[in-house]
Parts: sequence; structure tokens; C-alpha cells
Amino acid sequence: MSEQSPMAYDSKIEGNIIFTRVDAAINWMRSNSLWPMPMGLACCAIELMATGAARFDISRFGAEVMRFSPRQSDVMIVAGTVTYKMALSVKRIWDQMPEPKWCIAMGACASSGGMYRSYAVLQGIDHLIPVDVYISGCPPRPEALLDGLMKLQQKIMTEPALKDQKKALFEKV
Amino acid sequence: MTPADAAAKIAVEFPSAIKDQTPFRGELTLRLEADALRNVCQFAKDRLAFDYLIDISAVDHFGDEPRFEVVYELSSISHHAHLRLKISVSEDACEAPTVSDIWPTADWHEREVYDLMGIRFANHPDLRRILMWEGYPYHPLRKDFPLEGKPTDAPGIAFSEVAPLAGGPFVTVPTTGTTQVREPRARHAGDAVHPPQFIEEP
Repeated sequence: MSEQSPMAYDSKIEGNIIFTRVDAAINWMRSNSLWPMPMGLACCAIELMATGAARFDISRFGAEVMRFSPRQSDVMIVAGTVTYKMALSVKRIWDQMPEPKWCIAMGACASSGGMYRSYAVLQGIDHLIPVDVYISGCPPRPEALLDGLMKLQQKIMTEPALKDQKKALFEKV
Repeated sequence: MTPADAAAKIAVEFPSAIKDQTPFRGELTLRLEADALRNVCQFAKDRLAFDYLIDISAVDHFGDEPRFEVVYELSSISHHAHLRLKISVSEDACEAPTVSDIWPTADWHEREVYDLMGIRFANHPDLRRILMWEGYPYHPLRKDFPLEGKPTDAPGIAFSEVAPLAGGPFVTVPTTGTTQVREPRARHAGDAVHPPQFIEEP
């Protein structure tokens, strides 16, 4: 295993036993099974679908389980133009997602309003919800979305999973 | 039956309805008295077989009087004919007669015109906004509405803010001039439509 790896594991020495920190193990599980909430609002959603299809196959990164219920989702992929008419609905769906949750702003429109400098379009979803990864492109190619997903996985791996979020439980255990 | 035949029949049936006729590139436009619109439309549908209303749109001649113009695009599928009807609507009245009982498709077209241009349609069965949300106070396709929008808030439904335009909107000018002349510049409502300095060759 490389030095960046969160776990030192050598099957020849350790067999089926892995030594690691709880944080790292939980982060490893979380980052490799991200269930996306596909918030497809415009043409970026087509690229999101392409990313999920056979050629690019988002399941290689454990994020193929598109959940249309926010209560089962981990990461909201905002794919497309967020109009003001839609904005509070996106916010509401985000609020219904359980912690821990992450957000990917896919494409120029979701990141900054894009080419729609107009009365009808929210100038970036980060006006309403916190964004972890911004992906450039109009629309981004599937490779870009996969790269964004890998960036998010790296970010999750560096977060203190248990120490901050379940402190009481952690101390009890 | 050609559009010209249709126009002639309308002129016979309603002698005072047509203000003028404009043929352009094979298309005929009739400018009508607003009072006669409904009768002409009913006649065009029932007797002239204009069974398909393609679209209703509106034009804002900001600064002129009457300010608005409502445009009806009629089509006859059996005769392969196209006819355009226009009426003028003043800013004070801001009201046009509905044709949604003649062509049911006019229902949503008229709601769109009402939503974006603010022209009400008398006797429309359900005159609500169709694109913007209920409670939005403006009509954004009017020329005096800024492209960047205005801040609004309808709690729990939607809000809107002013978009950063960085000095824009930047608009090209239709001219035969060079690219340098045509290049996009900031223009705003109330500017002359074709400022002379943009038209002349450098």
C-alpha cells in the first residue's frame, strides 16, 4: 500500500485482520459508498446520467446508488441551472438529507449562475447550501464529475468522522 | 386559399376591422382594431379554416404610444396558410380580449403574455402566472425591467436577488459595420435603439 493510504495492510503478514483507526475505517466506508441525490435541473443532468451509464460507470467509485429520497442520500449532486423558482425546493431537499452529507455543485450554473446573469437564476447554489466540490464545465464531461467525486472522497477521508460528530457515543464506547 | 384571399374575405366581412396589411417575405400581417379581434378570430377559425393558433406573443414598444402590441400567429393546416394578426394595447388599459374560448391553446399563451409582459386578458378563465411564481411582483420582459432583476421575497415560496452584470447587459447592434462597430456594448432601456456612434464606420 502507498504511504497516502489510510490503512497499513499487508495480507501476507496480517491475514484477514486489519488494524486502523475507527475514524479512518468509517471514512473509508463512507467515501466508498456515497449515495447521490441526483438533483438534475438542466443539461448537466444528461452528463450525470452518462456518468452513471456503462461507459463511465460511476459504480467503480461506489456512488451508483442514485437515491430519489433525500432521507437515503449522502451527497447532493446539483446538476444544472438553479432558478429562483426551484431554489427553495433544492434547499428543502438538502435539509431533509441526514448528516453527514455533502454537496457537489456540478457545472457553471450550479457553481455561479453560469451564463445566466439574469433575473430568474440563483447565482450559485452556495448562496443557499454549503458546497464541498465545485466542478467547472458547461456541462462538465463525465470524467470531470468522476474527478469531482474522487476529490470529495479525498476530502471525506481527511474529516474526523467520529471524533466530532458522535463525541458522546465515542467516549462511552 | 392564400393568406391574401383570407385577408380579402375578412375585409369584406368586417369592413372597418383592418387598419393595414403588410406582406413581407410571403407572410401577411394584418393590423386590427382591438375591438374587432375576437370577431375576426372566430370568423378565421370557423369560415377560413385557420384551425391552429401557433403562438401569441407581445411586443413592448417602450416610450411609444400605444406601448404594447399583441401578435397572433394563425395557421391553417388544410390550406397550408399562415396569417399574422396584430393589435395595439395602450399602457393605461393594458388589457386585450381573450381568444382562449376560440382556440383552447390560447389559454397558456395568454398566461405567458400576462406573466412576462403584464397584459391582462379580459374574460380569461384562469389568468395566473405560468413561468414566474405566484407572488412575484414584476413582469420581467418589459423593457423597463432590468435584466439583472430586482430583489423580491415571497416567504417560503421563492426569493430573488440582483444578478451581478459587471456593467452589462452587453448587446450587439445589427449593422453592416465591421466587427469593431458591432461589438457588444453595455446598453440599457431608454437608450436610443441604434446609437449613431455604433452604426457609423470608424
